[in-house]
Amino acid sequence: MATVATSLRRHSNVREQLSERVVAVFLVGATLVGLLALVVLLVTVARSGAGQIDVPFLRNFASRIPERAGIWPPLVGTLWLMGLVTLFSFPVGVGAAIYLEEFAPKNRITSVIETNIANLAAVPSIIYGLLGLAVFYRALEMGRSLLTGALTLTLLVLPVIIISSREALRAVPRSHRLGAMALGATKLEAVYKTVLPSAVPGIMTGTILGLSRAIGETAPLLVAGAAAFVAFTPDNLLDAYSALPVQIFDWVRRPQPEFQALAAAAILVLLGVLLTMNSIAILIRNRYDRKTR
Amino acid sequence: MQATATRTGLRSQRKRPVQRLVRVALFLCAGLSVMVTGGIIYALAADTISFFKDVEPASFFLSADWAPQSGDFGVLELVFGTAIISLGAMLVAGPLGVATAIYLSEYANPRVRKVIKPILEVLAGVPTVVFGYFALNFVTPSLLRAVYPGCGIFNWASAAIVVGLFILPTVASLSEDAMRSVPTSLRHGAYGLGASKLRVSARVVAPAALSGIVAAIILGMSRAVGETMAVAIAAGATPQIAVNPCESIQTMTAYIVQVAGGEASTGSIQYGSIFALGSTLFLITLALNYVSIRFVKRFREAY
Repeated sequence: MATVATSLRRHSNVREQLSERVVAVFLVGATLVGLLALVVLLVTVARSGAGQIDVPFLRNFASRIPERAGIWPPLVGTLWLMGLVTLFSFPVGVGAAIYLEEFAPKNRITSVIETNIANLAAVPSIIYGLLGLAVFYRALEMGRSLLTGALTLTLLVLPVIIISSREALRAVPRSHRLGAMALGATKLEAVYKTVLPSAVPGIMTGTILGLSRAIGETAPLLVAGAAAFVAFTPDNLLDAYSALPVQIFDWVRRPQPEFQALAAAAILVLLGVLLTMNSIAILIRNRYDRKTR
Repeated sequence: MQATATRTGLRSQRKRPVQRLVRVALFLCAGLSVMVTGGIIYALAADTISFFKDVEPASFFLSADWAPQSGDFGVLELVFGTAIISLGAMLVAGPLGVATAIYLSEYANPRVRKVIKPILEVLAGVPTVVFGYFALNFVTPSLLRAVYPGCGIFNWASAAIVVGLFILPTVASLSEDAMRSVPTSLRHGAYGLGASKLRVSARVVAPAALSGIVAAIILGMSRAVGETMAVAIAAGATPQIAVNPCESIQTMTAYIVQVAGGEASTGSIQYGSIFALGSTLFLITLALNYVSIRFVKRFREAY
């Protein structure tokens, strides 16, 4: 009797061990699918696009003849957008975060603002495009201008910047604030001179990551009037413009393989821009980590 | 003593106007977000209302014939496109995302996790237009046509797969957060009773983190519903109810991009239709996010 029970248990142990193994392998496999997808994606793009990138490609304007086509105007447009969106979104986003984290009273208005920001962060980007189209393009008559695109993207990244900046501010110990105020600093001085400096790296990292999201956005720019074909580089805020993602979309849509290769090359340039931004964010984070240690 | 007190009092009094000014400025920054929401609602509502003056709401919401050129605005065909892409994407991202989360939270050692998580974040950071390129130049020709050679170049299967990959990191990382915040004592208790790792993961951690996992999946779903570029590129532009995954369909978002990118004249019915679609989309994602937040709240209350 006892032996039967033991053997039964042993039997179930073997089975259990086996299923344990199978599941572990399945879990690792599932994790690898995501990683593998990224690798295959990068390889696919690089194989088709890497050969296309040269100085003429970077400096040429759009063309219907693939050999002559380049990405200069959209590249310049993307850099403009990056600068403008940073300029607009950083002060407002950080300001909002400071208010909510340091000054806001716990009342209805605050909780409305907080819920509102959380909701805005989840609104699809194309809706921001419709907002840009209705408000900036039409109502404020900015048309297909850089300013329309930059303001649209600004509204899109604001919630991201606010949320990540709040996290950075929250990570600063309460004792810093109390210490400063005990020494006679006003609340504002405490925030400005002690909290903000230690939160800056976190704020910067979050902001750059948010911006790099915005730079890769296509739909809101398309909807709010970015052009795929501009014959000049923009030199003021009300000029028409193109941007790298918009140019990529225009090329991807064409059936000829030459244009697919151009799209791949432009994707590489775009990924290069994003990689640079992310590396800066990581650099800041690492430097900060070393400092606090 | 007295003098110091007065001086401090004076100083803080002098600073008060500045304080107040800064406070007001900061408040306006935060308040701007409410204006943005107001702007979105205004932008969507104004043109949606004028659209519904031309098109019967009933024929918009209840009919499945989307042919704007001939004046047919039956949104169900586009809703079908959006739904089938989101469900397909969830079929990819749901199991893979939850499995990745279980692996990262319960199985992987911390060093492996530290390597894998950032790589997955990179996947989430790839612009969606790139996923469109990937669908067109890899997923359809090398994957789908290997299985079914007759697959059209524009098909909803490839779009669903790449959207699934796109939302996979969201589902994985949010589910992992939920699992990791399950108290260790629960795991230890189960191990103490002789449970294996699989049992602990599947019978203790996963159920305890269930509402967090559901929230992650719903949020991923809402991302998929709003996804535009990958779908506009990979699924083509054929509004139809096509169950065959190798056929082309059109989603609400893809149609908005198609019309806005071309020159639909302001005030035309087509122009109004993209705002009506935008409103519909906005309400759907809002509902999904609301449900997701409710689930997260329930989860937070438990621990």
